[in-house]
Amino acid sequence: MMSIKIEHLDYVYSQGTAYEKKALNNINLEIPDGQFVGIIGHTGSGKSTLVQHLNGLMKATDGTIYFNGENIYAQGYSMKELRSKVGLVFQYPEYQLFEIDVFTDVCFGPKNLGLPIEEVEKRATEALRQVGLKEKYYKKSPFELSGGQKRRVAIAGILAMQPEVLILDEPTAGLDPKGRDDILDQIAELQKQRNITVVLVSHSMEDIAKYVDRIIVMEKGKVRFDDAPKKVFEHYKELECIGLAAPQVTYVMQELKNRGMNVDTHATTIEEAVASIMSYEEGRGRK
Amino acid sequence: MMGIIKAKKLVHDYEKIGEDGQVEAVYRAVNGVDLDVKPGQFIAILGHNGSGKSTLAKHLNAILLPTEGTVWVDGMDTRDEEKLSRIRQTAGMVFQNPDNQIIATVVDEDVAFGPENMGIPTEEIVSRVEESLKTVGMWEYRDKSPNRLSGGQKQRVAIAGVVAMEPKCIVLDEPTAMLDPVGRREVIKAAQKLNREKGVTIVLITHYMEEVIEADHVIVMDQGKILMQGTPKEVFSQVDILKEHRLDVPQVTMLAHELKKKGLALPEGILTVRELADALEGLKK
Amino acid sequence: MIRDITIGQYYPADSVIHRLDPRTKLVGTLVYLISLFVFRSFAAYIVATIFLAGVITASKVPFKFMIKGLKAVFILLMITVVFNLFLTPGTPLFKIWKLTVTHEGVVQAVFMAIRLTYLIIGASVMTLTTTPNQLTDGMEKGLRPLNRIHVPVHEVAMMMSIALRFIPILLEETDKIMKAQMARGADFETGGLLKKAKSMVPLLVPLFISAFRRANDLAMAMEARGYHGGEGRTKMKPLRYQRRDHMAYLIMLIYLVAMYLAKRLAGF
Repeated sequence: MMSIKIEHLDYVYSQGTAYEKKALNNINLEIPDGQFVGIIGHTGSGKSTLVQHLNGLMKATDGTIYFNGENIYAQGYSMKELRSKVGLVFQYPEYQLFEIDVFTDVCFGPKNLGLPIEEVEKRATEALRQVGLKEKYYKKSPFELSGGQKRRVAIAGILAMQPEVLILDEPTAGLDPKGRDDILDQIAELQKQRNITVVLVSHSMEDIAKYVDRIIVMEKGKVRFDDAPKKVFEHYKELECIGLAAPQVTYVMQELKNRGMNVDTHATTIEEAVASIMSYEEGRGRK
Repeated sequence: MMGIIKAKKLVHDYEKIGEDGQVEAVYRAVNGVDLDVKPGQFIAILGHNGSGKSTLAKHLNAILLPTEGTVWVDGMDTRDEEKLSRIRQTAGMVFQNPDNQIIATVVDEDVAFGPENMGIPTEEIVSRVEESLKTVGMWEYRDKSPNRLSGGQKQRVAIAGVVAMEPKCIVLDEPTAMLDPVGRREVIKAAQKLNREKGVTIVLITHYMEEVIEADHVIVMDQGKILMQGTPKEVFSQVDILKEHRLDVPQVTMLAHELKKKGLALPEGILTVRELADALEGLKK
Repeated sequence: MIRDITIGQYYPADSVIHRLDPRTKLVGTLVYLISLFVFRSFAAYIVATIFLAGVITASKVPFKFMIKGLKAVFILLMITVVFNLFLTPGTPLFKIWKLTVTHEGVVQAVFMAIRLTYLIIGASVMTLTTTPNQLTDGMEKGLRPLNRIHVPVHEVAMMMSIALRFIPILLEETDKIMKAQMARGADFETGGLLKKAKSMVPLLVPLFISAFRRANDLAMAMEARGYHGGEGRTKMKPLRYQRRDHMAYLIMLIYLVAMYLAKRLAGF
């Protein structure tokens, strides 16, 4: 059984100095294989710190992480192997591009895994195809591409390592609506196709509500809510208190309900809201 | 009356210089834009990355100069080099990356940077810095290092830095693109406050639709041209055109649009939760 | 977090030393350092110790912060001491293996140790009580006469203060890029010199590009805020000598006289 299991995880920044800060506070989570998870919280909530623990880039001050049942902090556990299985795409990943052309840059990851060159190139081609980058760009310098294209290349750089778990830290930050939808659609498609575990870190509920199976809300280093999106959005008032907001649709449905219209307050997408309002209106019309 | 910012048939070309120093390719970023901003207005310019909106913004305080056409800031042609410093004092500019526009290592010293360049006497700089930091709600942070602030706070410091130069107009070039929702709200509120309380003309460039619903006038750009413009209501009542260009529409507007398609008699251009609820309630009668 | 590393380790407190004009502190530190080399005698070093202790007490900075600077150069200090101990010719005291320790060597080593220790603590007092910005301001104004011989004092000061602002940001960025490349399987630790140098490419290329991008943005932002060099600029916090600065200069003078007298009059 492939999974990630986190037990009593703590992380303290700058321990023993005047700036000491508890960034993660007793995190307990289990992410089963193939799940599409969203981690939401605003800046400083600990969400980025948490995901950097999952591939061993940061080491917990206390607590344990199990990957596929093995303790990653056990002696002799290979962090390099872990990083090839848990792929992490950082925020603004396009800033890590460095190679002479797009294709070579995507090859960097698989090459580091020590794979034969044919396999490296095969994986790079596949990864670039998966992010939807046209072949005419393969031999271009990554710095000549647009912001959205650069980001795809950077994501392909991780995909080419063929990880079992893909973590993306705010993959849509700074993109325009078109670029954002394209990337999220592609990730969702990939998740379905290859049935890998995907962890999407974001500060926007509206963006990810329609994609994920589960939302983990972080606040001040703790898990505040952890449930299906609809269940999490029920707490829209609390979410607002911690600087997050439910999708606007939630507010519409709540407002209608308050005004005495019997609509489904669980609707979170436009389609669901339309269906619920129409059935209410039709019901009223028949009376 | 002449607008505070006016552009006539503005064209801007970027040239790609090849290795041999010759012009290899020309890319037209702005293609014949007319603009007339009245003093005291809150204008929003929307569009995708690459739509030309940021290039346009950089013309509004003479960071870029027109390839063709003319831009006037408070009646001054931006090509007039002698008026350059007056143009920059009239139209201040706030940029996208909060880290890369703060110069000093202490908040108040950064806000003082503009007035210092203008040669304002010390006592007046002190009072201007205090006032502008208070306007954006950052006065308590005056002696902090910018590195310890959140994105939204840094951006408010950058705004204060421009406000301290007492410009008639402030151009904000995607000030919220790199911020989280809390930071975005802080920055937009600060801009609205400046507009309402001090009568500063605001030109806000963004790709977030929900930031423009309170603007006086919205301009949507696409491929270097103005696609459409009008009040937020007028612009957002054309959901189909916006969708066709893959621009975002606030969820409420989208919901109202879909309901209308299903046959409910709702008005066009619903922008807020309240408007939609009112309209639906109105159907009962 | 890397952002917490500040250059110069300023320790915020409200003390008379903190409030002194940075020029006074710069001159004072310089005077103190020179005095340690000029007046080389144990009696003079007693005066120097009293002076330093007085300044530290007045600065309200806990003593352990002063020691921190010392830790960094401890090895260097030890090497200097050992070299002086064994390599100074003179009257032999005793021999260890093939090395002879002389009387002069011991004296020289002790002097050297005291001198370096005081030098570093003295400099730490200045950096702990003065923000980097005040320091650049102090240098800009203090060195203004050099403008006449075409030294671009304002430009240098501006460059220094921009460096102070961006070094922590670039350090954090380095950390981030390093992690991002490690997530792609990069290895920065193992291998020989050549392999290590090669493994820096994925780190350095993005870092340089980012630095250039930031520099470009910053230049644009400065231009947009009307920056046109030092000509005609005013200051929000202009440096003006206060009464306490005059007092400080007087104390410095008394200190120098005391050092001189201690060296001349005391017999050791």
